[in-house]
Amino acid sequence: MLKVNNIETWYDLIRALHGISFEINKGDVVALLGSNGAGKTTTLKTIMRLFYDLKEEQPEKGTIEFLGERIDRKATDEIVKMGIGYVPEGREVFPELTVLENITIGAYTRKDRSGVKSDLENVFHHFPILKERNSQQAGLMSGGEQQMLAIGRALMSRPKLLMLDEPSLGLSPILTQEIFGIIKNINEKDGVTVLLVEQNVNMALKYSHFAYLLENGRIVRADKPDVLREDEDIKEFYLGIATEESVKGYKRYRRKVRFR
Amino acid sequence: MPFKQLLIEGLAMGACYGLFGLAVVIIYKTSEVVNFAAGTMAMFSTYVAFHVITLYGFPFWLAFLVSLFFAAVLGVFVEFFFIKPAKNPTLLGLIVITIGAQLLLGGLAGWKWTADQQAFSIPFSYKVIYEPIPGFHISQWAIAVFVIAFIIVTFLFLFFKFTKLGRAMRATQQNKHAAKIMGIKTDRVFAFSWAFSSVIGVTAAMLISARTILDPDFMMEPFLRAFAAAVLGGLMSIPGVLIGGGIMGLLENFFGYAFPSWKPITAFVVIVLVLCVRPSGLFAKHYVKKV
Repeated sequence: MLKVNNIETWYDLIRALHGISFEINKGDVVALLGSNGAGKTTTLKTIMRLFYDLKEEQPEKGTIEFLGERIDRKATDEIVKMGIGYVPEGREVFPELTVLENITIGAYTRKDRSGVKSDLENVFHHFPILKERNSQQAGLMSGGEQQMLAIGRALMSRPKLLMLDEPSLGLSPILTQEIFGIIKNINEKDGVTVLLVEQNVNMALKYSHFAYLLENGRIVRADKPDVLREDEDIKEFYLGIATEESVKGYKRYRRKVRFR
Repeated sequence: MPFKQLLIEGLAMGACYGLFGLAVVIIYKTSEVVNFAAGTMAMFSTYVAFHVITLYGFPFWLAFLVSLFFAAVLGVFVEFFFIKPAKNPTLLGLIVITIGAQLLLGGLAGWKWTADQQAFSIPFSYKVIYEPIPGFHISQWAIAVFVIAFIIVTFLFLFFKFTKLGRAMRATQQNKHAAKIMGIKTDRVFAFSWAFSSVIGVTAAMLISARTILDPDFMMEPFLRAFAAAVLGGLMSIPGVLIGGGIMGLLENFFGYAFPSWKPITAFVVIVLVLCVRPSGLFAKHYVKKV
């Protein structure tokens, strides 16, 4: 469904993505994992063409295909129209708009009124709390509610692919669980393909069908969650289950990753 | 007793300031640019109306429409050729750009229409005076100002509250990044808000010039007053700028009546005092923006 082929993104003289390739199949939940500064958010922003403002030639190298069509030179609103929904990191709701206005803004690119209405019902079905808070200013809601609002807002464009940037950021474990449950629901019931960017590796592995591990702008692992979970390195550095002396192990791991 | 006269006249002038302040606020709200060229842009568009009336003999209302259209085009033009080419500008840079646009337009107007003072008249004269309630004298001009201000404000309220584009404008103002993700063409929203602001600006400018005179500098003073009204209202809120404009007009009129030689500075003294007490204006709402 989404095919990312060898893309590079530069911040001035710093190369943030060193040629990343991955693929997402329809109906899957795919996780993009990695620590701080690995390039996860940059990857999503590159797909959405949010650096377009700053420079025309973006991504600098490589191609991105969505549903067989190249989108790496399209404008953001066209990409949204084609069916990619994006929930940005840190929620980014419109603070002074009401909850309902926030959600309806999500359907900005759509023209079919009846479809929008039924989707609104669907969003309220997934997030009953949003219906209760209907006319509240979004900026006055709690972090978890704002996250739900951001997801609901993205769903209103009726995306075929939903990209979530750290949905668990700043949420309590129990809320994280709830959000992930809803994401799973969206994937299974609505048939929306999900690309999940996470630092919470444990959670992400639990809910995804396939996972990519990013490090320093390169993909260093790509496998099914079950396999990754058993991997010694991932166990040690991402899941926090230490099996050998850390410093030595870290050095060994660094070397391994560098030569890949 | 001049009190009632001062009140009505002050409110009418205040409404003009408020309207013109709206032009400043709309741009500031969407793109966080303080448009120092607003006055000159409005002046230029008023001259266009003047031009088509005197040279081509257009009836006033047709000239009015021509001028509105021209103002919209001018707004988009300024946004596209002055503001947009600046990549990642600083606030100061933007201010300098708008001042540059102002100088350019002012120079153009002076070259085309000379610096002579002209009389610009609209069908509502301030010399025709009614007395609806005994003792209250209200000029035709003042009535027109109130009616037009009311129409524009109602329209703006409905527009921002209920239309898709209005909501998109508010969304863009609050979070440009997220607005883009929603598929809003933010470039178009900016261009539109400049056109919008320019149209409101020229409406106010015509009302003001009908009361005063028309020359390439006539909008300078009202612009500063309107800007002060906008600052008083917090630069962000539409009701705020209207109230600010009202306060401004009233103060100026009453104080100017009592101490005529101090009239020009009253407004600014008040601003300084208000900003000392409430630095973000009287009606500003606080939402901390992420950088």
